[in-house]
Amino acid sequence: MTDTPGSAQSGQNGSGLAGSDPTLPRIANPTPIVEFRNVSIAFDGPPVLQNISFSIAPGETRVLLGPAGVGKSVLLKLINGLLRPDQGSILLFGEDISTMTEEQLFPLRIRTGMVFQEGALFDSITVRDNVAYQLIQERVPDAEIDTRVHQALTFVELDNTFDFFPASLSGGMKRRVAIARALIHQPELILYDSPTGGLDPVTSTTIIELIIKERDFFHAPSILVTHRLQDAFTLCTHRFDADQGHMVPLPEGQTDPTTTFLMLEEGRLIFDGNLHDLIHTDNSFVREFLE
Amino acid sequence: MAIGAIDRTAKNLVLTVQEYSLFAQRAVLNIFRPPRYWPDFLLQSNIIGVGSSAIVLLSGFFTGGVLALQSAATLSEFGATAVTGRFVSLTMIRELGPVLTGIMVAGRNASSMASELGSMVVTEQIDAMRALGVDPMRKLVTPRLYSCIAMLLFLTILADACGILGGAAVTVFMNHQNGTQYFSMAWEHLHYSDIAQGLIKPLFSGFIVASVGCFYGMRTSGGTEGVGRSTISAVVTSSVLIIFVDFLLTQVLLTLFAQL
Repeated sequence: MTDTPGSAQSGQNGSGLAGSDPTLPRIANPTPIVEFRNVSIAFDGPPVLQNISFSIAPGETRVLLGPAGVGKSVLLKLINGLLRPDQGSILLFGEDISTMTEEQLFPLRIRTGMVFQEGALFDSITVRDNVAYQLIQERVPDAEIDTRVHQALTFVELDNTFDFFPASLSGGMKRRVAIARALIHQPELILYDSPTGGLDPVTSTTIIELIIKERDFFHAPSILVTHRLQDAFTLCTHRFDADQGHMVPLPEGQTDPTTTFLMLEEGRLIFDGNLHDLIHTDNSFVREFLE
Repeated sequence: MAIGAIDRTAKNLVLTVQEYSLFAQRAVLNIFRPPRYWPDFLLQSNIIGVGSSAIVLLSGFFTGGVLALQSAATLSEFGATAVTGRFVSLTMIRELGPVLTGIMVAGRNASSMASELGSMVVTEQIDAMRALGVDPMRKLVTPRLYSCIAMLLFLTILADACGILGGAAVTVFMNHQNGTQYFSMAWEHLHYSDIAQGLIKPLFSGFIVASVGCFYGMRTSGGTEGVGRSTISAVVTSSVLIIFVDFLLTQVLLTLFAQL
């Protein structure tokens, strides 16, 4: 098992990513956006996560794999302080958040975007107000809000839902609106919590395509929680082509170097590496999961 | 085994009281620091105040009517039916108006707050709000708390007025007594201390309804079944607390006003 997350850099796959800037500065040893140091957490019982250590480098997309109930969503909520670790420390944007108060966490959370498992849209307000939620709190002028909401909804190809209420959207549309809400503030880190969970294969592909589009356009580091291997592999083996307006496979044998994998088993991190390492690992649990 | 269960229950009770105290303290103190969500305060005032006015009006009116019917039957044995107005107005203003309004509002709004916030918790909307950099305590709880306190004051005044009118309707149309005498007796024997007692109690009731409703809503767990449990707990706890605090307040206020 080879750990290469720190060396992953955006736009280095030689595929001419649409929307990417090949002149983006490269940092030799970038400060991690997120760093877990021996993090453990339990809820009235055995530990849910034990001694978890990993990091997310700038521009990196990490796919967190594992069966249901293994603690993937808990790990995601630890990253932006929605949960607090019992042991260990978590560094977000270089700051230790494990001892911060809720008030101190809000400025850091504003710099992150999070897509929840079921979308978690506010059902009493319209799609426009959901997407613009942060902007409304910051008292951004209405005209600017409308423009930015239209841009965000256009990105997820749902501009026609501007005035709709979440109840009138399908499951897939809710996830896409949730992605628009997470992206509108141009976050420095995006957390996806099972964005394709419970969706049909076609809609799942649409969501994954959006995540690839976001990765290749904005290069924001992200972590995606999923138990669906096909989503993880699609992320690694495709790029977004702006000319064609959809994702296309990378040439045979190439993978996106910015996309790497983590795998959890019973609260422990058992794999941290790239697609090649994942496929060739000797770990019996990983092999069983892959098969 | 039994001692272990008692121990656990006692510890859970103490923990709940501690969590509730901290929760209520945060909700109260949030008003002194920005951001303050005034539009949410107005929205909640409309939902709690205007929304509850019909049930408060009706319950107040019929309670006053029942009081007049019962008291007239008893007072007639002593030839004192003329003091029906005094009896109804004092009972409504000092006791039944605040307590009944509190319980009616608890039934309608504590349940609504617990279920609304509970649903938001189980659908991760509260976490989404926190992830978006907004404090749910400031955005959801504090506006509900202050609007409930303010609106319960006005709703109690409404209930008192309707109760006295209900008593008057029964006195005039069913007991065939003099309406002027009823209102005269109701007015002449009313003191500022009575009104003060009646207007202090709803402030506490409003605090109980909103803080208990929001507290149970925000600590909901266990999916939709958990939302149901939170709603029941909110209504039961707030109703019992309103009556218990009313008992304590009555004792304190009677002692206090007797010394003045």
